[in-house]
Amino acid sequence: MSTYTPPVKDASFVLDQLVGLDQLCETLQLDEVNTELATVIIEEAGKLASDVLAPLNRVGDEKGATVADGQVQETAGFADAYQQFVENGWATLTGPEAFGGQNLPNVIGTAVNELWHSSNMSFALCPMLSQGAVEALIAHGSDELKAQYLPPLISGEWTGTMNLTEPNAGSDLAAVAAKATPAGDHYKINGQKIFITWGDHQMTSNIVHLVLARLPDAPAGVKGISLFIVPKYLLDDQGQPAELNDVSCISLEHKMGIHGSPTCVMSFGDNDGAIGYLVGEENKGLSYMFTMMNHARQAVGLQGLSISERAYQQALEYSQERTQGSRKDGSKIAIIEHPDVRRMLMAMKAGNEAMRALAYRAAADIDHAHQGDPAAHARVDLYTPIVKGWMTELAQELTSLNIQVLGGMGFIEETGAAQHYRDARILPIYEGTTGIQAFDLIGRKTVYDKGAALKALHADINDTLTQLSASYSPQLALLQSKLKTALTHATAAGEWILENSASTPHTLGNVSFDNLMMMGYLTGGWLLAQSALLASQLTTQDNPYGDAFLQGKIATACFYAEYFLPRVSQHADTVLTGLSSTFALTTEQMQGA
Amino acid sequence: MKILVAVKRVIDYNAKVRVKADNSDVDLNNTKMAINPFCEIAVEEAIRLKEAGSADEVIVVSVGPKACQEQIRTALALGADRGIQIETDDIPESLNVAKLLAQVVKNEEPGLVLLGKQAIDSDNNQTGQMLSALLGMPQATFASELTLKDGKVQVAREIDGGSQTLSLSLPAVITADLRLNEPRYASLPNIMKAKRKPLTVTTPETLGVELKTHSTLIKVTPPVERSAGILVNSVDELVEKLKNQANVI
Repeated sequence: MSTYTPPVKDASFVLDQLVGLDQLCETLQLDEVNTELATVIIEEAGKLASDVLAPLNRVGDEKGATVADGQVQETAGFADAYQQFVENGWATLTGPEAFGGQNLPNVIGTAVNELWHSSNMSFALCPMLSQGAVEALIAHGSDELKAQYLPPLISGEWTGTMNLTEPNAGSDLAAVAAKATPAGDHYKINGQKIFITWGDHQMTSNIVHLVLARLPDAPAGVKGISLFIVPKYLLDDQGQPAELNDVSCISLEHKMGIHGSPTCVMSFGDNDGAIGYLVGEENKGLSYMFTMMNHARQAVGLQGLSISERAYQQALEYSQERTQGSRKDGSKIAIIEHPDVRRMLMAMKAGNEAMRALAYRAAADIDHAHQGDPAAHARVDLYTPIVKGWMTELAQELTSLNIQVLGGMGFIEETGAAQHYRDARILPIYEGTTGIQAFDLIGRKTVYDKGAALKALHADINDTLTQLSASYSPQLALLQSKLKTALTHATAAGEWILENSASTPHTLGNVSFDNLMMMGYLTGGWLLAQSALLASQLTTQDNPYGDAFLQGKIATACFYAEYFLPRVSQHADTVLTGLSSTFALTTEQMQGA
Repeated sequence: MKILVAVKRVIDYNAKVRVKADNSDVDLNNTKMAINPFCEIAVEEAIRLKEAGSADEVIVVSVGPKACQEQIRTALALGADRGIQIETDDIPESLNVAKLLAQVVKNEEPGLVLLGKQAIDSDNNQTGQMLSALLGMPQATFASELTLKDGKVQVAREIDGGSQTLSLSLPAVITADLRLNEPRYASLPNIMKAKRKPLTVTTPETLGVELKTHSTLIKVTPPVERSAGILVNSVDELVEKLKNQANVI
């Protein structure tokens, strides 16, 4: 079984150096919060993650949740772990103080969430979904709904779910068909929802479902969808869970991964209608979903980092124990000494550090954006599809490399390497597929603002190039040269997109994926180059990291520049072709006609 | 009643111990440090006594350079109320630590002094015993169970071949063994509160203790690396080798 060690030092480096957490906390007027406190928080959260949650990861994979009589029984041991998670206050981390939260910045929440997802992604999905429900209520709920539901959701005493998808409404939520009928001070909800993560379980005394449904007189399409709160147990006069609502889980999906996370088919209103309460105004449900989208999508992107980090730790450990081949003196060679194994390990390490840099920076920009910083807002919008799309796609490659390092032992289920790979496969699918992210990036985030946010990012990368040019270090010179080539190609591709966006109806769609991956590799390379710059400056000062770590940051950035940055040019080349042959064949021709 | 708990900053039990190239000492540069696990058990016991209403205040003391404030903060995050750091350049040897702690005990007048039975770095198993002698207080070492009753403390001690139960009058010095309890994880609200809890810094001079050197560290060497084993062909050969080569039977 693979163990998990929280990457406290790199997390602390990224928060302190790359995010500038101390400065951010001053801007947010959080006097007592700084990198030192964040590091303690990560260390302490890491103990629960590695001691309690990580050992349950395999258990959840082997013995997933079961359902009987509309009620889901979660994996044995999860309820106790959840109780500890709640008692230690981890659910409250970023919640507002007024409702019992600790009011810590989103970026610290992101750094801690990385640990939960690394140690046990199936488990961590539960609090992640609760956080989504909390955000929806904070942004759009009435004072009454907030007072009733926020404190137990923020403490973790209850959990939350998001009920969006239906059999005929997946990526296209305009097709939502669940019905809501006004009934006095509440509504009756009828309909079926599928793919509902942690839709039911026995870990808490109540579950708060957020449900998208249509009112009888609602306009067709996206403008006719409303958002409702439907508690599993209706609240009594004291606000305590009492009578069971007309909600049940009618079945669980059999999935290739995340077995510990119950994926429910939820039925609302089988008898006389589930009682629900309107969140915000009628017919605005879908726009409310969009306000939470940046956060939710970044949360899934982060899972791509988390699971790749876990996979890397396993590959690193195995490659030091496993020997193949002997030296002339007869001593055995650990496979970590073989160049191709080393390449795979370095690809994982470099990829993870790039993802961590991007995930934390993007999360910190959400904090800046909440302060009303318009540049940060535009940057968050640009980063979000990259975080979600690129990081979850890269996770496919990196978790696969773990299996490759372990060889036959990786293909065998007992080592757990296969679980990470299987678990990772959902990431480019849920919360908006890679295709959706790619189109969001190229359309709404690039063409729509005429490339303004994109050009601002290019300008920032240029600033880093200038700083790198001022150095005499051969390593930084290498970074400068590789990053410059990448930026040149990406800029050309970006300009081509802006010029040709309307040339054919398919142009943007054809090249959207390559544009997404190009932007991912470029942004990751840029942030690692910045890390290398900061690390090289720190080596001449008194610092808490030590030379070995700082040299490691620089060398890892160099590996990334040599190994991953050329992919920017490759994807840019594809963009420049317009992939005009994508639709060259008729469907019949594709069938071999 | 106040409880005073001593904690030591040591190399984390998960960290790999490296020896300096010149064999002068263990290399602690950039090594993960933590509260000595036995001290953590002592902290946990103190907090449980406070939660049970048997104590009003838990004071955590550590001796060492400024970095040991991290371990005091960790203890505060677990639920201790305030901290005292006795600032020294290095971590002094046991008798010096005992003398420093004795002075703090005299100032604070706790009803109970809890320590770990030993630290996992030097493994001396001395400080608690020395402290008790310096203070003239009763001692119970290797505690696996602790009960406060009628102004006395009943302690079950781990001894060779079983357990011994002692009744001590208060104030007393007790050192914690592994089975005393299982320390909790720090909760987020307590981590946040820990920053606001008072932590005072004092010095051996202020306490009127002169640090003395009774022993000198001459050399540290890592354990000999295990050499490769051999396959034997029969039980007879194994017995023969155990008798004549390994000389163990």
